[in-house]
Amino acid sequence: MVGLKLRRANSGDYDMETETNIAAEKERIVIHTDTSKFDTGKPEETQNVSIENRMTADNVDVYYSDIHAIKDISLEIRANEVLAIIGPSGCGKSTFLRCLNRINDIIDGCRITGSIKLDGNDIYSGEFDVVELRARVGMVFQKPNPFPKSIYDNVAYGPRLHSLVSNRAETDEVVYSCLEKVGLLSEISDRIQNSGTELSGGQQQRLCIARAIAVQPEVILMDEPCSALDPIATAKIEDLIDELRSQFSIVIVTHSMQQAARVSQRTAYFNLGELIELGDTSQVFTNPKHQLTEDYITGKFG
Amino acid sequence: MSSTQDQQSTVVWESPHFRKRLKRRNAAERRFKCYGLGAVMLGLIFVVLLFASIAVNGISSFWQTQAQLEIYFDPDTIDLNDLQGANYGKLVKQAIYAQFPDVTKRKEKRELSRIISIGASFILQRMVTDAPSLVGTTKALWLPVDDEFDMLYKHDIGRNVGSETKSRLSMDLINWFDQMVDRGLVESRFNKTFLTAGDSREPELAGLRGALTGSLLMILVTLLVSFPVGAAGAVYLEEFAPRNRFTDIIEININNLAAVPSVVFGLLGLAVFINFFGLPRSVPLVGGLVLSLMTIPTIIIAGRAALRAIPPSIREGALALGASKTQTVMQEVVPLAMPGFLTGTIIGLAQALGETAPLLMIGMVAFIVDVPSGLLDPSTALPVQIYLWADSPERAFLEKTSGAILILLSFLVTMNVVAVFLRRKFERRW
Repeated sequence: MVGLKLRRANSGDYDMETETNIAAEKERIVIHTDTSKFDTGKPEETQNVSIENRMTADNVDVYYSDIHAIKDISLEIRANEVLAIIGPSGCGKSTFLRCLNRINDIIDGCRITGSIKLDGNDIYSGEFDVVELRARVGMVFQKPNPFPKSIYDNVAYGPRLHSLVSNRAETDEVVYSCLEKVGLLSEISDRIQNSGTELSGGQQQRLCIARAIAVQPEVILMDEPCSALDPIATAKIEDLIDELRSQFSIVIVTHSMQQAARVSQRTAYFNLGELIELGDTSQVFTNPKHQLTEDYITGKFG
Repeated sequence: MSSTQDQQSTVVWESPHFRKRLKRRNAAERRFKCYGLGAVMLGLIFVVLLFASIAVNGISSFWQTQAQLEIYFDPDTIDLNDLQGANYGKLVKQAIYAQFPDVTKRKEKRELSRIISIGASFILQRMVTDAPSLVGTTKALWLPVDDEFDMLYKHDIGRNVGSETKSRLSMDLINWFDQMVDRGLVESRFNKTFLTAGDSREPELAGLRGALTGSLLMILVTLLVSFPVGAAGAVYLEEFAPRNRFTDIIEININNLAAVPSVVFGLLGLAVFINFFGLPRSVPLVGGLVLSLMTIPTIIIAGRAALRAIPPSIREGALALGASKTQTVMQEVVPLAMPGFLTGTIIGLAQALGETAPLLMIGMVAFIVDVPSGLLDPSTALPVQIYLWADSPERAFLEKTSGAILILLSFLVTMNVVAVFLRRKFERRW
């Protein structure tokens, strides 16, 4: 909430906004460590919900025409955490992720019940503007999808769209800082006006992440961001995710259990549209409570 | 036991049976290739034959037989106060009589004057009204000969009096004309009239300018009406329209509309634009509107195909950054689909340019001499002009017809080349 208000107030001045946002983030981290939620191993406990939980999903059901894709899922996404969602193909991981920024709205026949809240406001209520939601909840897709325009314009697209920048100098600053953050700047410094589609797969995916963070979202959704990439590019993106955690909440859907173990603090296991288990990553992988989870992570099933 | 199993599981690739089968399969493949190649060759041969026959017939229409005559702008004949009304035909006649001093009989003289086109007097009239100082001077001028002598000079048509190609030329006339040719007074020169004049009953005076202007005005109207409407329709139907029964019906109707015979659109135009809205007949505005009706479904279908070819990842990418639906479509999707839209539009316009039937319905088939100067001037169109000329009895209109077809075809080929070029140039990969 704090971040949003500051953004709206200072939308003309990117610099100040970044600073204030970072300040706000620091504040949150302080709160975090104070309540020491992270390493207690008691994730279901909820104190200071309004501060700590960025998004909460309550009893969410999703239907594609007559297929019941998501069954009564409730979970929360905390500030500055990476939440991994794992599970066999077709278990509804991506569907759930796509409900979090309402990108599923464009699919005909998709119906959702229950509530998903961002900072306490229901994103499916009439008052919540979908454009604002998607600005605050960014998304990176499975297949890198840079726009067929220059790298610069790709990153500048979001800030320009939301009038976060008002002149060329400000745009330059946002673009360069975002490319710097994803480690692309040094690789493509002299090709920034080249088409984004000319980059390699891993670079394209990092460009897409730069494009997403340029809008200064609060939550970033990642739908199998490394499934089309080689191990080196994957490692780079995983490092990046770890760095981005200080500023954003990240939800990542992945088929790689090693990846989930490496990058996430908490892990959710989905099966056939149901949330089977949700807990600290270390606990889920070393000491799963549910038989299905154990079968899946040990490779007996799925 | 093991030996029988071995026999069953081992395929003998060298067996004659298998060899035969393989041979048959290869032969079938070769045969299929030959069929395809044959079909393509057949198509090519027809195209080449078509173009060649039209070109052979039509190329001569770009040249015109002209005779050089010493014209004396006689002050006695031309009244300086009434330059328009003078008898310029008399000047032409005097000039041609001067070439044949031994022709004295009145009847023979009248025959002799037939050699030069009656249009020559209009040429002189225009020259004098443009520059009255000419009066009193003598000038050697190239004037068009009558269409029958044009044919005689170009193709030797009409020389055999009484043969099956019935000639209206007498032996005397042919002799006189041959004498002029021998004296070097007759030449085949570039036919400016063909491109700069309007239609005429006299083949040697008939030109395409009226039809060309009419066609251009019509295509302009068609472009201005059908592109915005077609593009907006395609974008709405593909990107915004909810999928329900109603839009399904619209979709089926649009697809059917593209297959409706064009003459029906002409009737529709007649009923709606002329009878209901009271627009005048035979004008490019109505022609363009009728052709738009035909072109819109083509543009919608091509545009929707182009929009559908844009991967959904582009849309999702823009939406996920917080772009609204309209921003996504207008800033990301439509620019990528633009080559498809342009190609569809140009193909649609090319179709419209060659369309005759609907124009007959709205009266554009009238004989119109003047070059239209606006959207509400009566005019004709290229394909209709071709139709009119093909219907004319004069032999000389045959080559005019082919010449006009050549020009129409060259326009169509140009438009298609432009369409291909645009598609290549703006095609983007992702």
